[in-house]
Amino acid sequence: MAEPVLSIRNLHKSFGALKATEDVSIDLNPGEIHALIGPNGAGKSTLIHQIAGTLKADSGQIVFLGDRLNDLSVAERARRGLGRSFQVSSLATEFSALRNVMLAVQSVQGSSFRFFNPVMGDASLTEPARAALARVGLETRADVPAAELSHGERRQLEIAIALALGSKAFLLDEPMAGMGPEGSKALTGFLSELRKEAPILLIEHDMDAVFALADRISVLVYGRVIATGTVDEIRTNPEVRRAYLGDE
Amino acid sequence: MSRETIINIGLALVLLAIPFVATQMGSPFYVTLATRMAILALAAVGLNLALGLGGLVSFGHAAFFGVGGYAAGILASHAFSMQPLDLGFVAFAGTNSMLVIWLVAIAAAGLLALFIGAVSLRTSGVYFIMITLAFAQMTYYFAISWPAYGGEDGLSIFVRNTFPGINTMVPMSFFLLCYGVLMAVLVLFALVARSRFGSALQAARQNEVRVASVGIAPFRIRLAAFVISGMTTALAGALYADLNRFVSPSMMSWHMSGEFIVLIILGGVARLFGPVAGAMMFVMVEYLLGGMTDRWQFFLGLALLAVVLFARGGLIGFLAGKVRHG
Ligand SMILES: Nc1ncnc2c1ncn2[C@@H]1O[C@H](COP(=O)(O)OP(=O)(O)OP(=O)(O)O)[C@@H](O)[C@H]1O
Ligand SMILES: [Mg+2]
Repeated sequence: MAEPVLSIRNLHKSFGALKATEDVSIDLNPGEIHALIGPNGAGKSTLIHQIAGTLKADSGQIVFLGDRLNDLSVAERARRGLGRSFQVSSLATEFSALRNVMLAVQSVQGSSFRFFNPVMGDASLTEPARAALARVGLETRADVPAAELSHGERRQLEIAIALALGSKAFLLDEPMAGMGPEGSKALTGFLSELRKEAPILLIEHDMDAVFALADRISVLVYGRVIATGTVDEIRTNPEVRRAYLGDE
Repeated sequence: MSRETIINIGLALVLLAIPFVATQMGSPFYVTLATRMAILALAAVGLNLALGLGGLVSFGHAAFFGVGGYAAGILASHAFSMQPLDLGFVAFAGTNSMLVIWLVAIAAAGLLALFIGAVSLRTSGVYFIMITLAFAQMTYYFAISWPAYGGEDGLSIFVRNTFPGINTMVPMSFFLLCYGVLMAVLVLFALVARSRFGSALQAARQNEVRVASVGIAPFRIRLAAFVISGMTTALAGALYADLNRFVSPSMMSWHMSGEFIVLIILGGVARLFGPVAGAMMFVMVEYLLGGMTDRWQFFLGLALLAVVLFARGGLIGFLAGKVRHG
C-alpha cells in the first residue's frame, strides 16, 4: 500500500481537565476522502487545528509527506501543502474574493517581499486566482469583499484559496454548512473529483454527503476515535450507532 | 479619478500654496508653519505604514523621530567642532550634508526598529502599545542622561545643514525641500500599499490566521513594515531638527508619539493623505488656539472625540467615503 500522505499518531490535547484529543491515530491515504464525524464538542475541529498548527498538540506525532510537523508554524505547514477551510470562515474580510485568493498565489510564488509593483495589474497573480475561483463557481463574485459574501460562498472561497495553494492535502471543516441543498450537491460533486488531486480530511455533519463521499470514516467521541472503517462498516457498527448515529 | 485622489491633490496644492500666499501677504512666519506641517505629516506617514496598513499601534515612534533628530544634531555638532565622532572601534568625521545625515538617520532608526520590533511584535493589542511606549521612554531617558550631546538641555545646530543646489537657510527653499521629500515618500507609500508586501501587511491586519494559513508568516511582514515605518519617521526627525536648528530629548517623549497617532486619527487611518490632512489641521489648530488659550489641547480632545464618534475614517474618510480595496 502507498504511504499515507498524512499520518497522525497517538495525538493528545487537553484544555485543562478536558481531554479534547485522546490518543488519536488517523491516516490520510493518497486519493481518499477520509471523513471525520462525531457529536458536537467531540474534538473534530481541535484535531484540524493541531494538524494545521493553530493549536499545539500536547504529545504525539503529526507526519506529513514524511516530515514531522509538530514544531512547524502555521505558515510553514501551509507552505508544505496543507490547505484548509475553517468551520467559522477566516478571511481577509475587507479584501475582495479575488484578492484573498491572490494572497495564496503570491505565497506560492514566494514573493511577499516585493514592494513596488501593484498586485491588481499583475496577471501572474490575478490569472491563477481567477482560475481557482472559477473552479469553485465563484468567478462572478470575484470583486465582492469577503465580508459581503454569504456563508456558503465564504466556504467556497476558502476552498478556492486552498486550491490556489496547490495543496497536497485538504483539511475541510464542515464545508457544506451554510450551503443550500443545491450548493451541497454541487460541492459534493466537486470534492468527489478533488480527491484525485489530493486527499481530503473532511469534517461534516451532513450524513448524506459523508456517506456519498467518504472512502473511510473515523468516528470521534469525547476526543477518542471509537471506530474507523468503510461507509458500510461504520453504518452497521453498533457502538457508533449508539454514540452518534442514533437508532434510525 | 477617484474622489479620494481629487481630495489628495487638493490637499497637496493647499499645503504648497500656504507659504507662497503667506509670503505675498507679508507673513513669512507661515512658511515655517507650513514646513512644520510637512515634516509632521512625513513622520505620521511613516507611522501610518505600521499603524494604518499594518494595524500596529506603535506608541513609541517618537524614538525614531528622535534618533533622526539626534543624527542631524550629532553629525552637525561634530562638523562644527571638527572633532571626529569616535565610536571606539571606528571614527567618523561629522558632516553638514543632509544627504549623509538622512542616510545615517535612516540606518540608525532601521536598526533600532529592527530590535524594538523583533521584541514588541511578539505581543499584540494593548501589550504592543505599552511595550513600544516603554522602549521609546528608554531612549528618551537615555538621551536625557547622556551629557555629551546636551542631555536634558538638548543640542543646537548652529547653521542649518546643507543640501546640494539649495540654500536651506532660505525658509521657502527649506519648505520646498521638505515638501518634496514628503511627496516622494507619499508616492512610495502609495506603491507599497498596492504591492504584494502591502497586500500581505493589510491582510495580516484583517486576519492574521488567514495570512499564516496561506503560508505567509505575519511576523516577518510586520517586522519589515515596522522597520520601514521607523526609518521614515526618522527621516522626518532629521528634517525637524534642521527646521528648529535644535534637538532635545522632547522629540522622543511620549507626547510626540501620541501626537503622531492623533494626526493619523484626525486625518484618516490607513489613508494615503490621512497624515497630511491630520498634520495640517493639527498645526493650524495648535497655532490658532494656542495663541488664544493654553487649553487648546482640550479642544483637540473634543475634535478627536468627534472624529472617533462620528467620522471613523477621519477627515479623508469623511470627505471621500470608505476604502474599497480592489
Ligand atoms: N481553545 C479552547 N479552549 C478550551 N476549550 C476548548 C477550546 N477549543 C475547543 N475547546 C473544547 O474542546 C472540545 C472540542 O471542541 P471542538 O471544537 O474540537 O469540537 P467539534 O468536534 O469540532 O464540535 P462541533 O461539531 O460543534 O464543531 C469542546 O468541548 C470545546 O468546548
Ligand atoms: Mg468543529
